[in-house]
Amino acid sequence: MQEDALQLGDKYFTSRLFTGTGKFGSHKQIPAMLDASGSQMITMALRRIDSHTPTENILEYIPRNVVLLPNTSGARTAEEAARIARIAREAGCGDFIKIEIITDMKYLMPDNFETLRATEILAREGFVVLPYVLPDLPLARRLESAGAAAVMPLGAPIGTNRGLETKSLIALLIENCTVPVVVDAGIGRPSHAAAAMEMGADAVLVNTAIATAQDPAAMGRAFALAVQAGRMAYLAKMAEESAVAQASSPLTGFLH
Amino acid sequence: MSFFTTVEQYQNFSFTDFFARTTDAQVERALSKDQLSTADFLTLLSPAAAEHLEAMAQKAHRLTVQYFGRTIQLFIPLYVSNFCANQCVYCGFNRKNNIVRRKLTLEEIEREAQAIASSGMQHILFLTGEAQQLTPMDYMLDVARCLKRYFASVAIEVYPLEVEEYRQLQEAGVDSMTLFQECYDQEVYRRVHQAGKKMDYHFRLNAPERAARAGLRSVNIGALLGLAEPRSEFFLTGLHARYLEDTFLDTEVAVSLPRFNECESDYKPDFLVDDRTFVQFLTALRIFLPRVGITVSTRENAAFRDRLLPLGVTRYSAGSHTGVGGYARAEEESTPQFEITDNRGVAEVAAAIGAHGYQAVYKDWDAI
Repeated sequence: MQEDALQLGDKYFTSRLFTGTGKFGSHKQIPAMLDASGSQMITMALRRIDSHTPTENILEYIPRNVVLLPNTSGARTAEEAARIARIAREAGCGDFIKIEIITDMKYLMPDNFETLRATEILAREGFVVLPYVLPDLPLARRLESAGAAAVMPLGAPIGTNRGLETKSLIALLIENCTVPVVVDAGIGRPSHAAAAMEMGADAVLVNTAIATAQDPAAMGRAFALAVQAGRMAYLAKMAEESAVAQASSPLTGFLH
Repeated sequence: MSFFTTVEQYQNFSFTDFFARTTDAQVERALSKDQLSTADFLTLLSPAAAEHLEAMAQKAHRLTVQYFGRTIQLFIPLYVSNFCANQCVYCGFNRKNNIVRRKLTLEEIEREAQAIASSGMQHILFLTGEAQQLTPMDYMLDVARCLKRYFASVAIEVYPLEVEEYRQLQEAGVDSMTLFQECYDQEVYRRVHQAGKKMDYHFRLNAPERAARAGLRSVNIGALLGLAEPRSEFFLTGLHARYLEDTFLDTEVAVSLPRFNECESDYKPDFLVDDRTFVQFLTALRIFLPRVGITVSTRENAAFRDRLLPLGVTRYSAGSHTGVGGYARAEEESTPQFEITDNRGVAEVAAAIGAHGYQAVYKDWDAI
């Protein structure tokens, strides 16, 4: 069987679990988590990178074979996000960029309008743009035309662990997008991740649920297995769900 | 519309009656909710809720880890001047106090900045007394530009300004502001602020709002606990924070819980907030506003600050001096505004945070 790899930019990912560096009690927990989960891409906020205090430099805790996905967390406009992306590239963090523009500090909702503008700017500059958005099909279409490498709809607001609250809207993206759909934010349990993958999501990004677990490495492993199970179920073409039981004595049985 | 409308609503409200009627069942109901009403918040601040402190702490811990992770952001204060035209009966910088008055020159500020930056600190808060003649806008703009060369984030804790002035400071590199109302009770406010521009309750009350309107990323408010009845004061602080969150979706709102400490003046506060009540306030606020920043300064002692780590705090000052200057050449520090009871250095505070399973964050923003 051909290996089931996900392509983003010029990179191929055999693990469909992406992770994040935020919220860990110590950066030292990150290598063990990456090892246990097999995650091949990890996102980190550029604003947290601190070159002045070497012991706290997050980059030293990320193995070379793991792709860095710098994010623009803290940006409130397309221009700010674009500046952060350029600085990340100049700092040697590669061409991948997760656009995260939040103008709502109360619910931490992504600003779809600014995100589309940033995607237009950065895709033109050759970045592999992964925009974090509210699931909205017409917007996803515009992001595709603007050159986004994937769309990353939220399952539920960041950090809430509430799972796939936007499930039916994500389903529209999965059905209609030509670029990969990566469910980002809100995934609180391995079962949520499995459900997203069963639906046909191409990958999931999980940070809070892993970073804040008592044992982040073990939780990373649990998520990896759930993502694999969900992906296998999707590829195996599950039987359709039915809202009602299938009657064993059909009403039209007499019609032959 | 300003937060004053809310202050007025509670002008004749009897907190005593509300607290007398609060039952255990109401506390438990408030604790079981995802979104608390203002009445639920007040319920959690009641003496009745003090009996539920462990349950409050557990919930506050869960919410904080969920939204902020196990991280504590560090910052350091730099007093650039202690000249003050105000006469606040509780403050070490009171104009009537016979203390050595100093204002740092830009050269001195540069030296202080170098000394502080070498500790790894990336977020700085600069403070002045309220003396517009001696520390005018031009001076503060120069200070901001100077500090911005050394730090990722520059915050101010200076006298209240107009929107346009906050905007100018933002252009000079300031991204955040701290301003304590000190006291929401208007009667007590009048009594303790006896001279100077600080007598203007309204101008101060609306300053965080003006800063948010000017586009500063983050505003930090607080009441000096002990001046007036603390439960009602902290209740209004929480409502003020929520008002700012609701009105300015793109502004990060943070709250401090300063309480009395010995300082130069002989002021004896009318109320004392003990450790248990302090923790009750802190956890109630976290449960009411899960995403609000909570700042605790070195007014609190080292052992107590270490204990607070899992309870909802998100920002600590560290390695602080509260006299003018004091980082470049320790012997030059003048009389402090208030006494510090956590005297550990930056590295020591960071190590203690680490030892408790938390990560000390030196840098969380860079205006680029």
